[in-house]
Amino acid sequence: MADAPQIPDEAETRARWGNFAWTAENAEKAREIASRYPENRRLSCSIPFLDLAQRQVGAETNTQGWLPIPVIEFVAREIGAPYIRIFEVATFYTMFNLAPVGRYHVQVCGTTPCMLRGSDDVMAACKSRGLHKGGTTADGMFTLTEVECLGNCASAPMVQINDDNYEDLDFDRTVAILDALAKGEKPKAGSQEPGRHTVEAYGGPTNLTAMVSENHDFRGEW
Amino acid sequence: MLADKDRIFTNVYGFQPWNLPAAQKRGDWDATKNLMAIGQDAIIDKIKASGLRGRGGAGFPTGMKWSFMPKEPRADRPNFLVINADESEPGSCKDREIIRHDPHKLIEGALIAGYAMRARAAYIYIRGEYIREAEVLFAAVKEAYAAGLIGKNASKSGYDFDVFVHRGAGAYICGEETAMLESLEGKKGQPRLKPPFPAGAGLYGCPTTVNNVESIAVVPTILRRGPEWFASFGNEGNKGTKLFQISGHVNKPVVVEEAMSISFRELIEKHCGGIRGGWDNLLAVIPGGSSVPLVPAEQIMDCPMDFDGLKAVGSGLGTAAVIVMDKSTDIVRAISRLSYFYKHESCGQCTPCREGTGWMWRVMERMRTGDADISEIDTLYQVTKQVEGHTICALGDAAAWPIQGLIKHFRPEMERRIVERNGSGEAPMMEAAE
Repeated sequence: MADAPQIPDEAETRARWGNFAWTAENAEKAREIASRYPENRRLSCSIPFLDLAQRQVGAETNTQGWLPIPVIEFVAREIGAPYIRIFEVATFYTMFNLAPVGRYHVQVCGTTPCMLRGSDDVMAACKSRGLHKGGTTADGMFTLTEVECLGNCASAPMVQINDDNYEDLDFDRTVAILDALAKGEKPKAGSQEPGRHTVEAYGGPTNLTAMVSENHDFRGEW
Repeated sequence: MLADKDRIFTNVYGFQPWNLPAAQKRGDWDATKNLMAIGQDAIIDKIKASGLRGRGGAGFPTGMKWSFMPKEPRADRPNFLVINADESEPGSCKDREIIRHDPHKLIEGALIAGYAMRARAAYIYIRGEYIREAEVLFAAVKEAYAAGLIGKNASKSGYDFDVFVHRGAGAYICGEETAMLESLEGKKGQPRLKPPFPAGAGLYGCPTTVNNVESIAVVPTILRRGPEWFASFGNEGNKGTKLFQISGHVNKPVVVEEAMSISFRELIEKHCGGIRGGWDNLLAVIPGGSSVPLVPAEQIMDCPMDFDGLKAVGSGLGTAAVIVMDKSTDIVRAISRLSYFYKHESCGQCTPCREGTGWMWRVMERMRTGDADISEIDTLYQVTKQVEGHTICALGDAAAWPIQGLIKHFRPEMERRIVERNGSGEAPMMEAAE
């Protein structure tokens, strides 16, 4: 388990996060989330609450967010479940960060479909900008993680940075995105292939061309 | 080639908005009440007649699956529909396009399917990494509620039906139906022993059917156009249209809806601009997502892309995620990377899978560099056989099959690497692979 996250010192996190509670806005969101599940099944809120908590930590630290132990304890109290029930959920799912991450969490997909289309180059581009796998840059801007298939295989290779996907990458396009983020800009998400809208063929779709310019209703042709 | 008028997912590329007014103009939510009025059993019969087989990989007949649900659910034990949008199989990227570009087809399908199986509500379990896609889905569900299409007296049908969206948080295993139910209940996504099957005791212990996004989203169109229309595509036992996702070494990777049983060659020529470097440059294809064995070039070229056609060449349609590899591919590395994927995604519940996936990956890495003994290929094969079929869920099988496919078709390449590295013929130092 050499690549397991180093969980930060507990006394420090307790001092910083011991008083964690929902913001007014998130308390409202939490109520809405809980309404989706039967009343006696509050444990179903574990994943959405942990996600909400991680996002709140992220907003407070200007990073993608992570889950300090006192925050997990808070979620357990909110749900009314033993701490371990929530902690084991937090450690099971990869999207929960158990250690602090940077402003941007750069998640490069390295699984075979992306690998075939050049994810090695994407990884190399990240390294060329000083990112290293499993670590955060000294300025706290970027954390680099290699992740498993993110389901963008027809526009591979791809990287997910915080909430956005950047697809159809190569070395230069990756560098351009990282540089733009470092400068505080917001690069265009989605396919980076010029002229490609989403997952149609390069150079224009091979089918459903009528849909490109108008919201065509095919029912008249049935 | 399938005519555009026969495509179900007309907005698959997202050139037009996903929202309710645009979806209605494309024909979604058009007199949904009338589709439901034919009655629950009639809907199930029509879906059976259409020949629709589950689009999530296993290919189980969808109508038959629905018929397993209790016909008269008790008030304290309602039926549930769970829609599997945890698309995590390497190569698969179709549900994402449905959700972000045509979400109303899914929601309308959820209502009709839920009604047919007497469900009280549908939970759509979307993988956590589909963040923007989930935003669209939440918004689309909200629109449908606001328009009275779902909720109390859904679409004025007199039937009450809720649709909830639940986001996962990054675990491939939650695509397995019982792991998904565990995850929905707020636990670690570890598969349950079967029986009981979900139709008997599923979500919250209530009767549950788990269906793939595509299986549900095609239902309204099948009912509108009739089961005969859907069954007019594809070979016997493999009916309908299907979203194919072609990735890897084609000139133009694409997601495209085509008729089932289209030949591999036609699919690639018509939609992907051919194989990179021409057909002579094709090495092998993984035709159904990472869990199915690869098929060498000469066997796949004219193979029909359907459940039975691909079974005949020792593989499977899976989710129709076609991963194409040309001759520049380091085939051992490509499969080894999949072994790493399964090692990473094993939930850790069953020992053969938890230990076996790691062991297989480490040996595969040595096979990649050739730092092995020829006899270890057989050992590796034996271990895959010891993992396969000895675990609660199919992840163990899925981890074993790609390696078995590699050994079956590319054993000479594996041996070549070993001989090349150990040119002297000396046996490598034996060390445990922990």
